[in-house]
Formats: sequence, C-alpha cells, structure tokens
Amino acid sequence: MSTATTVRRTALNETMRKAGGKMVDFHGWELPIEFAGILKEHEAVRKSAGIFDVSHMGQVFVTGADAFKLLQLTNANDLRKATPGKGVYSHVTNEKAGLVDDIIAFCLAADRYLVIVNATTSTKDYEWFKTQATKMHVRVENKSDDFSMIAVQGPNVPRMFEEFAPESLKLPRFGIVEKDIMGEHCYISRTGYTGEDGFEITAPHKIIVQLWDKMMELGKPYGIVPCGLGARDTLRLESGYLLYGSDVDDVHTTYESGYGWVVSLDKGDFIGRQVLVDQKANGVKRRLTGVTLTGGVPRTGCKVFMDDKEIGELNSATYSPTLKKGIGVGYMTPPNLKPGTPLEVEIRGRRVKAEVAQVPFHKGTAFSKTLYTGK
Amino acid sequence: MPKPEEARYTKTHEWIAPGAEAAVGISDHAQHEMGDVVFVELPKVGQKLEKEKPCAVVESVKSAFDIYAPISGEVTAVNEAVVSEPALLNQSPLENGWLYKMKPSNPADAQALMDWNAYQEFVKQSVH
Repeated sequence: MSTATTVRRTALNETMRKAGGKMVDFHGWELPIEFAGILKEHEAVRKSAGIFDVSHMGQVFVTGADAFKLLQLTNANDLRKATPGKGVYSHVTNEKAGLVDDIIAFCLAADRYLVIVNATTSTKDYEWFKTQATKMHVRVENKSDDFSMIAVQGPNVPRMFEEFAPESLKLPRFGIVEKDIMGEHCYISRTGYTGEDGFEITAPHKIIVQLWDKMMELGKPYGIVPCGLGARDTLRLESGYLLYGSDVDDVHTTYESGYGWVVSLDKGDFIGRQVLVDQKANGVKRRLTGVTLTGGVPRTGCKVFMDDKEIGELNSATYSPTLKKGIGVGYMTPPNLKPGTPLEVEIRGRRVKAEVAQVPFHKGTAFSKTLYTGK
Repeated sequence: MPKPEEARYTKTHEWIAPGAEAAVGISDHAQHEMGDVVFVELPKVGQKLEKEKPCAVVESVKSAFDIYAPISGEVTAVNEAVVSEPALLNQSPLENGWLYKMKPSNPADAQALMDWNAYQEFVKQSVH
C-alpha cells in the first residue's frame, strides 16, 4: 500500500507498531486500524477497558476577556452550560447552519477554554474562530501540534484511575481537570467516543509514551487492550456519535443530523441561528436516521428503500459487534420515520430487509445517570 | 482438508485442494489481512464457476472482499458452517473454514496454480 510522503506520525507511532498495530493512512495520519482484532477490541471496551491513541485530534485554546463571547457566537450549544471544570459537546455552525465542525468546548476558567476539534478540521476551525474574533479581546491558539492524546475507555477504567488520578473520579460526564502528570501539565476529561465511561488525557508529546505504558500497567488487572480506528468506529456508530466528514459536514445542519438537543435557540444570537429557527418552525426535509439489517453488512453509500422507493443512502454503516447485525445511519426523506418501519438496504445490487432503528443503537456506561466516583 | 503445503494458491489468495472434488477456501494470509470475518455469501450447489470470476463474498468488520474461482468447474457442496459461524474463516481457514467444493472442468487446472513455496514467495513480494 502506498502512502503519501506527507503522512504524519503521532508520538506513539513506535509504541503502536510494537504493540502489533496494523498501520493505515487515516486522512494523512498514520494510525493503527486494529491490533488483536476489531471484535476483541470492541468487546474489551464494552466490558472492561481499552486504550486508543487519538493524538490526531486537535486542541484549540481560546483565552481572554471575550473567550466566552467568541465561543457563544460560533456555537449552536449554550456555553453557559460549560462552567469552569466542565465541557459541552457542540456544533460550530456556519451562516447556513452547516457544521464547520463538531467539538467539545471545555471551560478551564472563566476566560480560558480548551476546544477539542477533529483532526481534518483543526486548521479550518482555527481560521474560522480567528475570523469571527475580530474586534474581540480574545486569543485563539491552535496547539494541535503540541499535544498528544490518549483515550482510555470502558466500564473498568475509573477503577484504574483510583490512585493515579483520584480527582478524575469526581468528574461528571464532560468534566475536566488540569493535572501535572510526570512533571507535565495535562488535561483529564471524562469524555470519549465509545459510549463507555472513561477518560481522555491531553498531554505533551514528551511524556505520552510513558503515560501509555502507565495506562497499560494500571489496566493490566482489567485486561486492557490497545484499540485501533476500526473498533473506534464500531463503538462510536453503535453509540450514535457523529463522524465529521461522513455524517455531518458544511452542508447538513444540526437539526438534520438528529442532534437537535445541541441547539440552544434561546441563548442569544449565534452564527447560523436564523436557519435553525426556520428549520425548527418548518421542519427539516431529511434527517439522519438509523437502520438495522437482518443480514449482510451495510457499507457507506448503500441505498435505502421504503415501499420500493429510494429514500436515501447510508453515510456510515458497519457490522455491530454488540447487536451482531448490520447497522447504519443515513439522511432519509421523509425525515420522521418511526423505529420499526420496514425498509430495504441495497448491498451489491440485492435488497436486504432492514428497519428504522432508535439511535443510539446501544447505550453503554457513558449514558448511565450515575458514574463511578471511587471507593 | 489439505495441509497448507498440499494446496494450490491463487494471486487473489484463494486455496484449492487438487482432486476430483476440490475444496476451496481463503489462505491464512488472506484471513489475517481481512480481520474479523462476520459474514459469508457462498455460491449455490450446481452453480457453474468460471476461473478468476467472483463467486463468493467474505465480509469482515472493515470491508467486503470478493472471492474468485481458482479454476473453472461446478459447485458440488458448500460449507454451511461458515455461514452461521463466519469466524471459522479466521480460526481455521484451511480446515473448518473451507468455503465450497467443486468438480473441476479440467482437474489439471489446479496444478497450474502456485504451490506452497511459490505462494509464500508471492506473499512476501506483495507485502514489500
């Protein structure tokens, strides 16, 4: 397989290779697609613990008197929910209410925010924030090149952190704490892309290999396994999490993506608000809809039919290891299909029986009202 | 089922056990590259197969893979066990994970394919 000469490697590249990672080019980043196998990795995260190198993710810091103002202007969600030590999942919307990106904005202090952005969009996001920040007292810094990131995910992960970072166990979902680890300033948040409880640690490159090894050691009693992009995708799709570039983009809006809960129309003005006000009043023409299949494995691009009429195609689709069947999401017209509605999905020219499904397809421990808070 | 050294191999990573009723499957290298197999679609008994034409599909979590007929002939049996338990392709690609058996149009055709040593060399070359 040939890879572009510009392919980027994370500080954990060597560690991933040594751990048996099958490396692939993922949007210009060399990352492991799998180690022991996607099914094993997926199961480890659902039942106990798994660890991912997510260093391709970006970090944009927004600081200064108008930091809140800038983020409030550029986000569909209400940043007032992000009090110091907390974050919100949000959509950064353009004038047409399409998504510049989907992000998590963490409030570190009233005038200091850490925004976790997608790898492919970090430069675009940075430029976007800069453009919107004119005449504001705010500093926007893209520090994506300065940080590595590890995601430790699974129901047993909090137990791993009992002595390592007891303060992290007090965090609510989307909580964040700054902590010196191995002499370096790091950020631990109770977030992830798997649907399970766990943490993401943003840390400088120089300690990341040591930190990875530490996690593997702490996770040993729980059978922790290194996980690749393959399991990351099956886990996130089962959980109904969006993948920027596949499920959402500059065109589809937050309402169309089925993430209406992200939109806060009453928080005051923000970019794209008027389009969302209109869509709320008049409804959307298409909506990202979940489907499950009776047989076969659906893939991106598979056409979906209802009563023999094409109603959309799948933006993301895979085999669900938890449900043991094919699942997918795609923009369907009409937009308000009820779960259980019979459909057909075309795979290699053949129609396979399917039905509209509730999303998330599976709710892991991250969806639980009560999280583990320590012994 | 054949020992790896007794089978013949294609450039598309199928194996065939030469004989009057020849079993066909995918190589260990192939299953390793595919990753966890979760779905298998087999040809039908009686179906006529044409050399190097797709005749089955193996899907892993990651992707779908066409399986090509190593030689021309007719399907005489299929392995229903791999349909209900696709993981057999990963666990035992040359034994319990066989896909189908065929009656070769010309039994000598299989002999023209790569032997074990040639296939090993071919895999080494293609991996770089």
